[in-house]
Amino acid sequence: MTRRVLILGATSGIARETSRCFAAEGARLFLVARDQEKLTALAGDLKIRGAESVETYHADLTDYSAHPAIIARAFRLWQGLDAALIAHGSLPDQLSAENDPAVLRSAMETNYFSVVSLLTQLGKVFEEQRCGVLAVIGSVAGDRGRRSNYIYGSAKAAIATFAAGLRLRLAPAGVQVVLIKPGWVSTPMTEHLPQNFLFASAGQVGRGVYKAMISPRAVVYLPWYWKWVMGIIRSLPDLIFAKLNL
Amino acid sequence: MKPYMSWGRYPQSNPAQILPLSWVSEIPDFNRYARPVLAYGKGRSYGDSCLNDGGVLLDTSGLDRFIRFDPDSGILRCEAGVTLQSVLRLILPAKWFLPVTPGTQFVTVGGAIANDVHGKNHHRAGSFGCHVHSFELLRSDRGKVLCSREQNEDLFEATIGGLGLTGLILWVEFQLKRVPGPWIDSEQIHFSGLEEFFELSAASDESYEYTVAWLDCISTGNKLGRGIFMRGNHSTTRREDARVRRAAQSVYGFDPPEILISRPTIRAFNWMYFHRQSWHIRRNTVHFERFFYPLDQIADWNRLYGRRGFLQYQFVVAYEKKEAVREILTLLANSREVCTLSVLKVFGEVRSPGLLSFPRPGVTLALDFPFQGQSTLDLCEHFDQVVKKSAGAVYPAKDARMSSESFQTYFPRWTEFSSFLDPRFGSDFWRRVAPSRGVSP
Repeated sequence: MTRRVLILGATSGIARETSRCFAAEGARLFLVARDQEKLTALAGDLKIRGAESVETYHADLTDYSAHPAIIARAFRLWQGLDAALIAHGSLPDQLSAENDPAVLRSAMETNYFSVVSLLTQLGKVFEEQRCGVLAVIGSVAGDRGRRSNYIYGSAKAAIATFAAGLRLRLAPAGVQVVLIKPGWVSTPMTEHLPQNFLFASAGQVGRGVYKAMISPRAVVYLPWYWKWVMGIIRSLPDLIFAKLNL
Repeated sequence: MKPYMSWGRYPQSNPAQILPLSWVSEIPDFNRYARPVLAYGKGRSYGDSCLNDGGVLLDTSGLDRFIRFDPDSGILRCEAGVTLQSVLRLILPAKWFLPVTPGTQFVTVGGAIANDVHGKNHHRAGSFGCHVHSFELLRSDRGKVLCSREQNEDLFEATIGGLGLTGLILWVEFQLKRVPGPWIDSEQIHFSGLEEFFELSAASDESYEYTVAWLDCISTGNKLGRGIFMRGNHSTTRREDARVRRAAQSVYGFDPPEILISRPTIRAFNWMYFHRQSWHIRRNTVHFERFFYPLDQIADWNRLYGRRGFLQYQFVVAYEKKEAVREILTLLANSREVCTLSVLKVFGEVRSPGLLSFPRPGVTLALDFPFQGQSTLDLCEHFDQVVKKSAGAVYPAKDARMSSESFQTYFPRWTEFSSFLDPRFGSDFWRRVAPSRGVSP
């Protein structure tokens, strides 16, 4: 069986590796991102790596009016889809988001509104199709609000709640909703942060996303140790958590 | 965390800025930086040719896309940050192989050109640069420049072995080699001294594609220069596809104790390695990864040397001057330095187009030492006297210490080369060996 896969935010560091894993098994890929030049480079690479066919579509995913056309095209192209991954996102600068409502709003547009718009519409089509895997990238930042990162975290927490509900709704139709929660990943999005030993490579996380999509689980922490790290962080009493400078 | 060190972890160097590159379309104008820039791939150069103290390192590992692969002609075009490991995973199932491969597959294609790397088939195939059709350079003064033997040939020649100083290599197109499969028919043969090595090597060049020798570098006296000669060909009898091994993972989160590398342990290792086979000749068919990349099985083996790091001294002398090998082994035997690994190979006549290329017809010997401070540097300096006397050369990709005077003697065309330097590029190596030519941070 040749899998038909839609990747939204295909130029992200994580999605790039996930796409390569799908290419290696000979899948058909429909890539969506903002920049056509990058999409062309990606498509060429994935075809050489074994993808049966690669289609690209350039669109700004924060423009919701583009969503129906993207989804319609993706489903029509190969008469259905086996999996979709929503991988776009941005890490807003916490301080400027605190001080500038425009930055705050744009962070929410990218990380929350555009994601749930896509989830809703993809969910509907997958439901009609009565099969498929719908994966979305959340973050460990959504597990508990931290002073340094709660704006981004709140968008990711909202996605987690949204995905949990959507999962229950789509389960009877045989559609699986997978929430990926990466920890710190070295990608262009985090390149300005000082890196420590908990940072994982985009390659490692991207391969984890692929595995989570071909044998779907509800919630997947990547790499695995974040499940335990966040278990501890979530269970700390407020009094102690407040003292930690996180 | 990704440290930006060289493979020998000596010398230490602190770039002022790291600039990860992911897309060719997003590479900034190098003229925007007041400091010199330098491409950094996988950090597998041993010395300081991949370091840029106080400058900007361009991390090219994100430029790792394939652009074109023709399974009929075996011509591959890919971005410069693609590793040889990725190339092999793509091409081997289609029965192609690297035309030339160094002793590790964890180097980038860009790095293979910048150092004009060589391998066990130098006597047949020359160096990596001999198989490059074309590449595109991004220069601060000329923008994108397509280089091949037909177009901008002078820049093509300067960039092969040009230590990354002629601009940023964006993509490379090179010719692959047809093979029956991933297996190598290999033979290991004991030899008791250098004469025997040279005889074996001369007798093997005709009928074996790959030849190299491991030397017992701790035995002296009448055992000086004994070792194991390894030769091989691509197997035509065994050709089934083999699963590519899982990439070696780093096994230790800390530096292992330095006691692992000491005279008694190295002596014991050399003795065991030499006597691993009691019979004179051993034949077997091995997976190509075991044949070409034995050390890749140990992730981060360079860290065994501890915090002070290690040096490798690799030189080449003309075949007629091969006595220099014995002279250097004798200097080593009489010193207090501990040589951990030594590899000997006879280079062939194939000339690289590279202006500053290291490989040339003759004999090459590579010696690894834990860095023990001044005494190690002094010994290498003694080696340099011998190599200079023999009109040989030392390999810049492995070097962290040669004097500018030595470099300029080994590579007399360096002044010609320096006219092709990108005015915004620089490296620790270049500032050391050619202080008068190039940019300072």
